[in-house]
Amino acid sequence: MKLKHTLLGAAAVTALAPALAHAAGHEGPRGRDGEVKIIYWQAPSILNPFLSGGTKDIDASNMVIEPLARFDEKGNLIPWLVDAVPTVENGGVSEDLKSITWKITSGILWSDGTPFTSADVKFTYEYCTHPEGGCAQLTKFEGVASVETPDDLTVVVNFNEPTPNPYVPFVGLESPIIQAAQFANCTGAKAPECTDQNFGPIGTGPFKVVEFKPNDVIRYEANENYRVDGKPAFASVTFKGGGDATAAGRAVMETGEFDYAWNLQLAPDVIAEMEKGGKGTPIAGFGPLVERLMLNQTNPDPALGPDQRSVSMLDADGNQQNPHPFLRDPAVYKAMSMAIDRPLLVEIGYGQAGKVTCNWVPAPDIFNSTSMSCDTQDIAGANAMLDAAGIVDSDGDGVREKDGVPLRVLYQTSTNAVRQDFQALIKQWWSEIGIDAELRNINASVFFGGDPGSPDTFQKFYADIEMYANNFSGTDPQAYLGNGLCDKAPTPATQWQGENISRFCMKEYDALHAQLAGTANIEERARIGRELNDMMVQNGGMIPLVHRGRISAHANSLGGVVLNVWDSEMWNVADWYRIK
Amino acid sequence: MLNYTIRRLLISIPTLLFIALAIFLLLELAPGDPVANQPLTIPPEVRELMRKALGLGEPVHIRFWKWLVQFFWIEPQVFIDWLTTSSGLAPVLPDTDFYIPCGVGAVAECDPRILSWQFRSPVMDIVLQRIPQTLWVVGTAYVVAIVIAIPVGVYSAYRQYSWFDNAGTFVTMVGFSVPPFFSGVLVIVIFSVQLGWFPSIYDTTHRVVDWDSFVYQLRQMVMPVMVLALQITSQISRFMRASMLDNLNQDYVRTARAKGMTENTVVLVHVLRNSMIPVVTVIALGIPSIFGGAIITEQVFKVNGIGQMLIGAIEANDIPTVQTLTFIFAVLIVLFNLIADILYGILDPRIRYD
Repeated sequence: MKLKHTLLGAAAVTALAPALAHAAGHEGPRGRDGEVKIIYWQAPSILNPFLSGGTKDIDASNMVIEPLARFDEKGNLIPWLVDAVPTVENGGVSEDLKSITWKITSGILWSDGTPFTSADVKFTYEYCTHPEGGCAQLTKFEGVASVETPDDLTVVVNFNEPTPNPYVPFVGLESPIIQAAQFANCTGAKAPECTDQNFGPIGTGPFKVVEFKPNDVIRYEANENYRVDGKPAFASVTFKGGGDATAAGRAVMETGEFDYAWNLQLAPDVIAEMEKGGKGTPIAGFGPLVERLMLNQTNPDPALGPDQRSVSMLDADGNQQNPHPFLRDPAVYKAMSMAIDRPLLVEIGYGQAGKVTCNWVPAPDIFNSTSMSCDTQDIAGANAMLDAAGIVDSDGDGVREKDGVPLRVLYQTSTNAVRQDFQALIKQWWSEIGIDAELRNINASVFFGGDPGSPDTFQKFYADIEMYANNFSGTDPQAYLGNGLCDKAPTPATQWQGENISRFCMKEYDALHAQLAGTANIEERARIGRELNDMMVQNGGMIPLVHRGRISAHANSLGGVVLNVWDSEMWNVADWYRIK
Repeated sequence: MLNYTIRRLLISIPTLLFIALAIFLLLELAPGDPVANQPLTIPPEVRELMRKALGLGEPVHIRFWKWLVQFFWIEPQVFIDWLTTSSGLAPVLPDTDFYIPCGVGAVAECDPRILSWQFRSPVMDIVLQRIPQTLWVVGTAYVVAIVIAIPVGVYSAYRQYSWFDNAGTFVTMVGFSVPPFFSGVLVIVIFSVQLGWFPSIYDTTHRVVDWDSFVYQLRQMVMPVMVLALQITSQISRFMRASMLDNLNQDYVRTARAKGMTENTVVLVHVLRNSMIPVVTVIALGIPSIFGGAIITEQVFKVNGIGQMLIGAIEANDIPTVQTLTFIFAVLIVLFNLIADILYGILDPRIRYD
């Protein structure tokens, strides 16, 4: 009798324990907070990210299917369906950097109740790399020689070559795992015909799809087999698509009909006005997108022939044989940068979605160099620097000359209201230091169109200075930093293809980048990355202006939202809850 | 009349085939790439593989032939199967099984349906999914507009240059000239943001099951219907007024009055019936546009019907969807032209086609 009581008591305590834990703060049983409504002004078309690379489709599918590891809001890799992130130190990555071993957390179930195993991971690899499948995420598996499954919870990815960054396959929002049992008959040419599967993938995530109306709305319900007790807090999700950014912002911040609005690309004053509605709050997240001025290292003189104008010509030692007449002078590019009032540019152009930056790679945090400062305008200092370098206005026309060449620049960018404001301001500031800028704006589809026959593309760079924004996907900037390599300059020989737009070239830079490509330790990679960033900026390859972010908005009653630009905005939807 | 109808139906076959070819070639010649919307981080080689997977590798005439077979042979099979097995008529009709599906567990010989490039799902399924909200909103607006426009037009003409006529002229001019992307946002700001009466975003998952849900359906329809009906009313009431004015001065009206008929009989029976002929054409030819949806209004209120589907497909260069939708519109226009012609004969016994 006594024993029975004790046992019953123990059982009761065990049963109550989770409830007691939930009593703290906003914890509680799964599905306690009812419905959450999300609006994306671009509507999801399909819930299979392997058949469409659009952010809207990937974000919507990420509430259901998940990768092995993903990135947090700071760009750090965190384990998701695995016990730990494999590294060389913990033995998960082989010494020769040619394989990585993932240990899947035991006990994870698909939403249909079947166990999640390494076979599903291997199947995902086979599904995406099928030659007839037309998989949008094929590059995630580039360099992968094979995927092995020694047991149900172990996945080994083998690479063809040493890979210092092996965190690409099965990592991040674009490389989630699909269920082998569900998609077994959907490989290759059959992939697009599996409508039910593509519209309702079975996943391990906090929600499962109940209804999918393409380009309109998705309804999800909490996954009762989700691995974390008491999550998600919401029993159902309505994921509406369509309309425009203004309407989405209005629905969250002014009318309160929705709880979360994605990517509000709106003018700062419009967002500020909506915020006065009092129902929601805009939040900003910063990826690596930087608005910058590129300085042409080569001579764009129209008098030069097509084989010489803005063409990088290097001798055997890597010295530029076709240099720009004055933009390579440190006094000139430093003075140009000092004359710019970056905080004002941020305020006018981007508001909450912009930050002053002196860096080409301002994020992730560990790659953000802190060696330069540029948040105060210094016209007097810029003038003094030019005077000291002997670049003075000798003919009294208000424009300085260097070796007889007046500092007149052609400054081009794409047609866009914010960019034209920037041009006008910068022209004014430069005129105060004796540099004359002629402004030009080109239709974005031509400027970024890459047509080798057009003289107006940003690659051709038939100007002295041009302004645009660029970034990279993922959290590793190695390939992006490769845009500063001597041989990446666009030339007529490459049909003007190439990413080194300013035609920057330094032997030291190339050598350091090669070193980055052979380094696996993340701290060391970050140090080299910062050094490369400084080398590019301090040697006049570009003048970074504004670090641009993304703005989303959430209702004031929605808690737990952490805007993540390195992963899906829905990455932690399991942690969202209703503030009561 | 029957002969005439059959003759017209037969003539419409080559017309429609020609329209199909024209649409196909226009889309073929138009620049655009179905994978252009994919992010820049996807390299050109992968894009090329994606294009191949969409079936873009085949020559033009083969793709056109495939589309014709899919539209005129396979899709009707699917429709008949649906009609006999899943629709309301299923208990009456014998079950059929014409269509052999592709996909999971498919046999080697299967019937490929028209697949959208965006959704990778059959276009017709999505069309059927979109039809209800378009019919609810645009159809209601059309009915509301006709119910308002005809009396307004009749009375405006009967009391020409009265204050009512002048006010009507003013309102219709405003309704005609203000575009829905302005009036739509205006009513949202007034009735959703300021007053909070109606939702600004249409809920397509809403089901009408009881009185409360019906009221909610009405509330979410009020604003889009208001914006659309204003436009349609303006158009139809102008036609109605002009047509009435033409007839009011005719000899037969004077005769009718001289015979001592009441004013009601003269205006509402004699004049109205004769004046309806051009108005019926306008109304009948407007019906295909109900199925075509209202592109801008649907976008503004997020109704996500056929119009939104078409514009989304155009933006995404989803050619199978654009092709299928535009062709369905062409069929409807040809059909309603025929219906309008037949209605003439009913309204005016003097018109005979035989």
